[in-house]
Amino acid sequence: MYPTEMEKSIAKLEATRERRLKETFPRLSLDEIESFLERFHPDFWAEGTRQLRVGPNKGDRAPKELADLLEGKSYIDPEQIDLGKLDYDVDVLVIGGGGAGASAALLAQENGASTLLVTKLRLGDANTVGAQAGTQAADRPDDSPAIHYLDTMGGGGFHNIPELVEVLVKDAPLVIKWLESLGVNWDKEPDGSMHELPGGGTSRNRMHAARDYTGLEEMRVLRDEIRNRELNVLEFSPAVELLLDSNGRVAGAILLNLETNELSVVRAKAVILATGGSGRLHYQGFPTTNHYGATGDGLVLAYRVGAKLIFMDTMQYHPTGVAYPRQILGQLVTEKVRTLGAQLVNTDGEQFINPLETRDIVAACIIRECQERQKGVVTSNGQCGVWLDSPMIDIIRGRGTIARELPAMVRQFTRFDIDITHKPILVYPTLHYQNGGIRIDASGATGIPGLFAAGECEGGVHGRNRLIGNSTLDIFVFGRRAGKAAAQWGKGVKLGSLSLEHVRRWQEETARAGLSSRPASPRLLPDYTRHEQTLASLAT
Amino acid sequence: MAEVGEVIDIYIMGRHYQVPEGLTIIQALEYAGYKLIRGVGCRAGFCGACATIYNNKNDPQLRYALACQTVVEPEMYLVQLPFFPAGKAFYDLEEIKPSGEVILNLYPDIVKCLGCNSCTKSCPQDLEVMECMSDALRGDIAAVSIKSFDCVMCGLCAARCPQGLVPYNIALLCRRLYGRYLSLPSKHLQDKIEEIAAGEFDSELEELKNMSEDKLRQRYKERTIEPP
Repeated sequence: MYPTEMEKSIAKLEATRERRLKETFPRLSLDEIESFLERFHPDFWAEGTRQLRVGPNKGDRAPKELADLLEGKSYIDPEQIDLGKLDYDVDVLVIGGGGAGASAALLAQENGASTLLVTKLRLGDANTVGAQAGTQAADRPDDSPAIHYLDTMGGGGFHNIPELVEVLVKDAPLVIKWLESLGVNWDKEPDGSMHELPGGGTSRNRMHAARDYTGLEEMRVLRDEIRNRELNVLEFSPAVELLLDSNGRVAGAILLNLETNELSVVRAKAVILATGGSGRLHYQGFPTTNHYGATGDGLVLAYRVGAKLIFMDTMQYHPTGVAYPRQILGQLVTEKVRTLGAQLVNTDGEQFINPLETRDIVAACIIRECQERQKGVVTSNGQCGVWLDSPMIDIIRGRGTIARELPAMVRQFTRFDIDITHKPILVYPTLHYQNGGIRIDASGATGIPGLFAAGECEGGVHGRNRLIGNSTLDIFVFGRRAGKAAAQWGKGVKLGSLSLEHVRRWQEETARAGLSSRPASPRLLPDYTRHEQTLASLAT
Repeated sequence: MAEVGEVIDIYIMGRHYQVPEGLTIIQALEYAGYKLIRGVGCRAGFCGACATIYNNKNDPQLRYALACQTVVEPEMYLVQLPFFPAGKAFYDLEEIKPSGEVILNLYPDIVKCLGCNSCTKSCPQDLEVMECMSDALRGDIAAVSIKSFDCVMCGLCAARCPQGLVPYNIALLCRRLYGRYLSLPSKHLQDKIEEIAAGEFDSELEELKNMSEDKLRQRYKERTIEPP
């Protein structure tokens, strides 16, 4: 149920709907896009970022919260930890249990590696499960990987690393097939062909979906397959530091049991970081669509062993996060709502941006609509938003479309007494995706011997802005590649003795740079607790 | 729905706390000072980590919810269920067939279903869980797949079943069988995979990879956009 004030705005929206059904808001020129981004996109809010003072990306800008952690100090004192007793000794260690980690572990095992997957929360607790709209792949006769390549490059501002995009688009149909062979249920047409929808910034309709549960469907299946193959999995065991060997190769990690605080030592011939995103750092004070554990841990671990990061000064703000009710503020309202035909509408009932532009410009224009043009809808607790006119979908595509294509969205809002088939949704940008990350090559290798990365924690393939459906493609493409490459790498490796030399070097480097009172990192979990007086706060 | 401003009484594992009205159960736990490790996941209703069982002082009927999507009520008595030792059958999807017999072999306890509907009552996604079990028993894999699609595998059904069935794993098996064997094959997908493997797009991709940014921008501007 919407309050009376908001219903007044809805009435204006309903009055313009018939006209708007025939309207297509014109696309912006590349120049207009650049101008609006600079003026309204949170990436350009200078107070939110700062330069890194140490490390492989010294001088580059990153969000303040992330910069603090990248410059942070290790939990581990190299003088105190005993690396002599190994708790686990494997060929491949996968750090992270989402779509990329699961794919990497399966492929590493298939390629003959003894494999251990460790994850901070449960296997499958990752941003993957919340992904809704689908996975891109150019598999229809009137589409091709070359067109997918062009779409991806344009969306990324033409900054994407070409070899990575090439691999992404060529592997895409294979990934769709692989997932189906494991039992993923893609939405299909009655004749068996894939039901494919458009997406923001895509020039062909190539989004493969499982209703609006695509990520959950993919993750449920991969998790089950990992269990069927009895792959070793340790839950609630984040890595707090990587290990090197005496030859400077990455050789394992130190894990923390989140429940008992015990540390354990893992030796591994190859390590794959698949730690996902960092939305729970709440850059620029935004709410987030990300899961509880998205704190950018892998970036910190990689940075400390000398791996270079790329595009850390840009984050993706999904244009349509929930703006009302406040209980679910910032949660994802899938882009699929727009690809099915819903328009973005201001408080006067008028469109102000084509809903299928890329996410960065749509987000910027929603912020502009609220701030500069003052045509947003303001809720009783001061949250501004614009309308996403979901009822248009059933009008355009037939009654029952929303129920069939967006069951998760229907359910989410029904719980709060809002029927999205009859009423629009109030939305505002929300922190959603880490466009950049650890720089990799086409096999998932980072610049550090023995260290690989896959999924949201790596960077380069999406340039400075990711397209819809390319992340749930990225995780499987590079997860599989990294798993295979890590297994092959491990075969040729005989490890030297384990060391934490990189932590000593880091302590020296940060001392020379004059850094003091930095937090310990990685963050591991956000803290949303409210305390008035705790024992810890009394200790000095 | 209540607005923030008032405080209400809730009971977390039997202990009394006062929290503002209008918070979700997860927000209320954190307001009370609990830093969660288990019992929290995506915080958006998709992962089932925050399965919660509660009743009210004035109504002992047990109710079930996802803590991240449910607003606290006055006099709520709640506990989270972060784990349950539910059984799982191990199988190789390539070695089995999509039949009721296979389901029964892997999950023989399914015949013990009493039809008590505890599973359905415990489902925070309002799924017809018991119907899924009788569909599975009959080998109607398609029906199970459709009816169980919104399952977030929270485990509440398995925790409440007096006969030890694990409906969420049985349903997952059915969905995987459907996707692997019963979903109609997409011929265009196979065709494209073969074309890619034969190198049909290699020279075009090579050209795009080596193109100057100006020319790439031009090419991008000239794209024809398929109507939705």
